Amino acid sequence: MRLKLKDLPEENIFSSGHTACAGCGAAMAIRNIAKVLGKEIIIYVPASCLSVFNGLFPSCAWTVPYHHTVFENTGAAISGLSRAMKRKGLDNVTVVGIAGDGGTADIGLQALSGAAERNEDVIYICYDNEAYMNTGVQRSGATPHGASTTTTPVGKLTKGKQDFKKDIPLIMMAHSVPYVATASVSFPLDLINKVKKAKETKGFRYLQVYAPCVPGWGYEQSKTVELGKLAVECGMWFLLECENGRLKINREPKMNNLETYLKMQGRFRHMDEKQIAELQESIERKWEFYKGYAELTQRLYGGSEASV
Amino acid sequence: MRRVVGSNYATSHAVMRARVEVIAAYPITPQTQMVEHIAKFINDGIMDCEYINVESEHSAISAVIASQAAGVRSFTSTASQGLALMHELLFSAGGLRLPIVMGVVNRSVGSTGGIWVEYNDSMPQRDCGWLQMYVETNQEVHDMILQAYKIAEDKRVLLPIMICSDGFILSHTVEPVELAEQEEVDEFLPKYEARHSYLDPKDPIASGIVTPREYRQEFAYQIHRAMLEAKDVIGEVNRDFADKFGRDHSGLIETEFVEDAEVILLTLGTVTSTARGVVRELRKKGKKAGLVKVRAFRPYPAERIAEVCKDARAVGVYDRSVSFGVGGPHYLEVRNALFDSDVPVIDFIGGLGGRDVAEADVRSMYDVLLEAAKSGKAKRNIEWVNTRGVVLG
Repeated sequence: MRLKLKDLPEENIFSSGHTACAGCGAAMAIRNIAKVLGKEIIIYVPASCLSVFNGLFPSCAWTVPYHHTVFENTGAAISGLSRAMKRKGLDNVTVVGIAGDGGTADIGLQALSGAAERNEDVIYICYDNEAYMNTGVQRSGATPHGASTTTTPVGKLTKGKQDFKKDIPLIMMAHSVPYVATASVSFPLDLINKVKKAKETKGFRYLQVYAPCVPGWGYEQSKTVELGKLAVECGMWFLLECENGRLKINREPKMNNLETYLKMQGRFRHMDEKQIAELQESIERKWEFYKGYAELTQRLYGGSEASV
Repeated sequence: MRRVVGSNYATSHAVMRARVEVIAAYPITPQTQMVEHIAKFINDGIMDCEYINVESEHSAISAVIASQAAGVRSFTSTASQGLALMHELLFSAGGLRLPIVMGVVNRSVGSTGGIWVEYNDSMPQRDCGWLQMYVETNQEVHDMILQAYKIAEDKRVLLPIMICSDGFILSHTVEPVELAEQEEVDEFLPKYEARHSYLDPKDPIASGIVTPREYRQEFAYQIHRAMLEAKDVIGEVNRDFADKFGRDHSGLIETEFVEDAEVILLTLGTVTSTARGVVRELRKKGKKAGLVKVRAFRPYPAERIAEVCKDARAVGVYDRSVSFGVGGPHYLEVRNALFDSDVPVIDFIGGLGGRDVAEADVRSMYDVLLEAAKSGKAKRNIEWVNTRGVVLG
């Protein structure tokens, strides 16, 4: 049964009183994710915006058990928590790690890969705001091509990030784990149903959620949802789901309006025609790749449809 | 059950008997056999435990911090570079007051070092909030793993603990070890009941939430207090263990011939065994030499050292590590313990990178001490033993 928004409980698991910025995509996504996960969970948060805006001692916005130690160990910490729950006979408790894109794509990639390879019984959620926002907007492996950050500034020699976004969901699919999905704060029905599916699946589950950052991306705080919709329309974000090796594309992008998406954000405003063309070309290649990958995996692993 | 085993086996067996429930570990010479023995115990069905074959030591310590924070008795072990890689997390284990036990098989860290014993892996970890104990024999490693859980889990302590043993000298040397039976361990070490750190949805707590400057200092002060309390607990647990198992390891320090000693050498680890022979030989020759085996490095038994050394005329300190430009880390502790004494205190740095510390080396240390006792002063405070280009004394 697919969840509807009205099925979510009134009560927050990630409660109000947290200190995220107005319009924070991560906070919005996490609030809904937590409602689907319910109270029988343990949350691990590595160093990230979330580890700060979820409250500092003696306050905590989480109403469920919470653990935090360092930056790069989410995969390992949730492994330890999951095994401890097994020893305690608490099989009903879901262990969930929520990390940022830096903590996932860069410094935490090794521990993430190890936990996935061992098929630990955990959910790993990456909220992707495409840079190190907690330390004040430095580029991460997940920062898209062209974006200006404080470490890929617009200068005389280069303008914005010269490299391309690291495709972590694809890396996770290569680990052959039971469930890998991408979602977006702007598609809450798709998001909550993916969280539900993750919760109902055993083994290692990975979810990467598009989460706009108002100060980091430089846009109007009321435009978070609109931006997320445009991202999926133009192909800067794909809604995907890979179950037991079978990739499914949840929403066909129109592959247009890239420029509209870019111009809404301060981080892309400097981009010239050449840079935009490069970016357009890269996302079109990515789209072709995913279409082909979906067809191939449906053929290899069986399944009804390559896209919805 | 008496068996001829190396320290890695002795440790693994004790970990099994301690009914540890989560282990995460990564292989590194000379600790590797430990991860192998435990894997075999589990696969043979004689050990019931969650074993996480992590992809690094950083993940090993992260995972056991998480499992111990969730209220489950946990263990890890490492050596050298592995301990250095864990460094960042050691502060979390101490800060969260988690009674994790770690077997450290000492080995030198870094370039111009190899795979042999040195204490520059564990001693630089002294400020992370972990207890550190150094052992001399494979029997002592085994016994200290069992004692370690009881010390760490004591509500006056609630701090993690490292049991440090000399790489290769203990890990790859077999000797007869009395391996404890399950029933006697169960009587000595009760099941772990988590009262301060558990992660249970029925009673949610926040473990490790970022702490602002208004609160950090009191947490640190409590760790300091617990470390001081641990001195009593180490002694009590040693007595409990001796009552139960008939083996007395003397708690914080062990002494030989110190009562009327004019010169006293303070050792750590296996060098103690060599020094025992030398000090007995000196006694036969009528030299008033004494020996102190220091077992606890954190907490450091400064009061006991001061008391034992109060009538000595020269005190020597053996160091298997260096704080460059200053001296050995152990020497600094002893200088602090004897700060109001005018007795010469001499540091003997030697055995680095696993270089053998032979009887002749220990004899040369005592010669220097006897000379200093006679003249009332040290020629040099920092001596490098058996070092090319350096003449002792």
